[in-house]
Amino acid sequence: MEISPVLEMRQIRKTFPGVVALDGVDFELRKGEVHILLGENGAGKSTLIKILSGAYQRNGGQIFLNGREINIRNPKHAQELGIASIYQELTLVPHLSAAENIFLGREPTRPPGLIDNKRLFKAAQILLDDLGLDISARALIKDLGVAQQQMVEVAKALSLDAKILIMDEPTSALTEHEIKTLFVVIRRLKEKGVSIVYISHRLEELFEIGDRVTILRDGKYVGTHDVAAVTRPELVRMMVNRELREHFPKQKSRKGDEILRVEGLTRKGVLKNISFSLYAGEVLGIAGLLGSGRTELARAVFGADRIDSGKVYVKGQLQHIQSPRGAIHLGIGLLTEDRKTQGLILSLSVKENICLPNLDHFSKIGIVNPRKEDKAVRPVVQELRIKTPSLNQKAMYLSGGNQQKVVMSKWLLSRADILFFDEPTRGIDVGSKVEIYQWMNRLTAEGAAIVMISSELPEILGMSDRILVMHQGQIVKEFSQEEATQEKILHYALGT
Amino acid sequence: MTPKNFLVQHGRQLGTLCGLFGLVVIFWILTPHFLTVSNLLNIAQQTSINAIIAVGMTFVIITAGIDLSVGSIVAFSGVVMGSALQSGTPLLLAILLGLGVGLLCGLVNGVLISWGRLPPFISTLGMMSVARGAALLYTGGRPVSGFSSSFRWLSTGEVAHIPSPVVIMVVIYGIAHFVLRRTKLGRYTYAMGGNEEAAILSGVSVKVYKAGVYGLCGMFSGLAAIILTARLNSAQPIAGMMYELDAIAATVIGGTSLMGGEGTVLGTLIGALIMGVLRNGLNILGVSSFVQQIVIGSVIVVAVLADMALKRQRK
Repeated sequence: MEISPVLEMRQIRKTFPGVVALDGVDFELRKGEVHILLGENGAGKSTLIKILSGAYQRNGGQIFLNGREINIRNPKHAQELGIASIYQELTLVPHLSAAENIFLGREPTRPPGLIDNKRLFKAAQILLDDLGLDISARALIKDLGVAQQQMVEVAKALSLDAKILIMDEPTSALTEHEIKTLFVVIRRLKEKGVSIVYISHRLEELFEIGDRVTILRDGKYVGTHDVAAVTRPELVRMMVNRELREHFPKQKSRKGDEILRVEGLTRKGVLKNISFSLYAGEVLGIAGLLGSGRTELARAVFGADRIDSGKVYVKGQLQHIQSPRGAIHLGIGLLTEDRKTQGLILSLSVKENICLPNLDHFSKIGIVNPRKEDKAVRPVVQELRIKTPSLNQKAMYLSGGNQQKVVMSKWLLSRADILFFDEPTRGIDVGSKVEIYQWMNRLTAEGAAIVMISSELPEILGMSDRILVMHQGQIVKEFSQEEATQEKILHYALGT
Repeated sequence: MTPKNFLVQHGRQLGTLCGLFGLVVIFWILTPHFLTVSNLLNIAQQTSINAIIAVGMTFVIITAGIDLSVGSIVAFSGVVMGSALQSGTPLLLAILLGLGVGLLCGLVNGVLISWGRLPPFISTLGMMSVARGAALLYTGGRPVSGFSSSFRWLSTGEVAHIPSPVVIMVVIYGIAHFVLRRTKLGRYTYAMGGNEEAAILSGVSVKVYKAGVYGLCGMFSGLAAIILTARLNSAQPIAGMMYELDAIAATVIGGTSLMGGEGTVLGTLIGALIMGVLRNGLNILGVSSFVQQIVIGSVIVVAVLADMALKRQRK
């Protein structure tokens, strides 16, 4: 293998308002290697490859391609430089054929400007065959499986003469068998001298397909190693954030009675035989990677998604929760992962949002009493210190932290005592974070139970009384707060 | 509320209102016959039918939907009620029948949209044809004409010198404004249109309320059918052609977004009046109906362009 690097990124820096996403990151890619990019959620992997693919502009640092310093202006420019990306969400047109997708926008033509279908399909078929794929160039994308669609993306990248291929979690939607096929294709690409930047959370893949690995942590460069020279525990240690627990004002509450019990909850392809209990006064942390079924578990208990089997007991009673409305009546609340698309109605006012799940309390024969609403909402807004010029301000004009507090207020007002908090502090400022933690303390002190789903391990460790780890739709491990460490959690979250 | 807050909250409606006054002033300058009490009442009366249908349309459009079937429902409700009146059904019962037919057609739309998961465009497009066909079938294609004067009072009568359709319109707008602002139905209407997923996750029975909104829209079409039938002294199976477009136009000129989540009935009333003033003024000036169509179409486009520009500025 040649040692001269194809690509070198030096001291790359990228900031967003209020956040340093990348802080002096180095990355080097050799010809024909598979270079794994490793790190926790939020470590900066995505930001780095977005800079490489031209989607983001760096704020500092240099990029060299074949020894020449370059500036990647936009995704199209990256393509021209021979850098192609295969995204998690595929970007193919479903009702067109594989060939038409591969050459979309660059169709071979014949006079007087008609598409030369013969050449189109022939060229595409050669590309596909060359990758050792059993895909007809005439097949429509919608009739192909996810893995095959991915291969069409790869073929498209090659047709663009890509020398560097970025693959962001390419195996996340693939079956065992499909992953094998993908690896065969990747090895073939290596032989052709294509270099691959490969992002994956699955450590076993890393050892099977990777040549070298670069670890990022909190936007900083940790190190680059030959895969053959590192062990799994070493990698986990390098990924883990050693931030202390002092930012978390956790106060233990007295553990009360069982308030929720889930038995054998199953939703085909998403959740497998989930059982757990939740006790009054505790925070139950749920850790796991994206797609491990954390959010889906909350939605299933909340009645937002249908379940295939399983039982849910609320305060000792078997309940068949058919809808969020039913769940709310039982005192369950869900703080959704994405406040803008699921938690808030941006065009409604602060007051209207907070009252939405509770309107029955403020209305008689369907007529809402605004004075009652004001009286109930005002103290909550003051206590949570939601910064808004008035209760009638539209939610869209509030900052992220304040928006999140509005969503929390909905459930405070509804007096829910079983609360699912899905990524409660994602994308909000530090001050608001601490205030939300303090509210969690107060709620548990008052006897509520909180299920906190989070991608941030320090948060899970800092705020939970018990921790469940999910992997591929299952609960794979339970820890008490004392025995849990980032290493241990990550070990189970990555799958054993 | 401070004056500034008032301006921010009602800026859009004030803009439309200025447009309305601008038009009135222009026609006043151009023709002395325009700004008389009798002509203004005349405009209000001519506007009433479109305005009443547009109330229902406003509710529907706030939920991010659309109802193309209102015109056909006007025809179907009208002929069912007209036939009932002629066969000696008591007045009140016949009126309830007219409203009931409208409500039922609307509910069918709503059920197909909520539980059948049909796009509103498709469901109401189907109803547009079905209700029209049903109206023609019911009467064998012939109009039903000649009603008692007590029924016709609904259109020709006056309350304190104000024509009864105008009184009905004002009352309906008052109620609709109250419903949107002060009831659960109103709140949920905005919530569904603003973010349906968030509304469901907040425990709103979105399906039930959405079906109800389409039912309501159908019922307003039934009410419009009653006034129209009383005015023409005839229920016609071909009545109400293109009414859906007028109602959508009034709603959109009034500032309701087709994307859902925002809008007011007062805006819609102003929108309907703008269309009424334009038609009336151009008629007095002797502008041909061909040209009128071009003018009204342009006004719709300009109103929405102005609205979009205003919103961008606020962001």
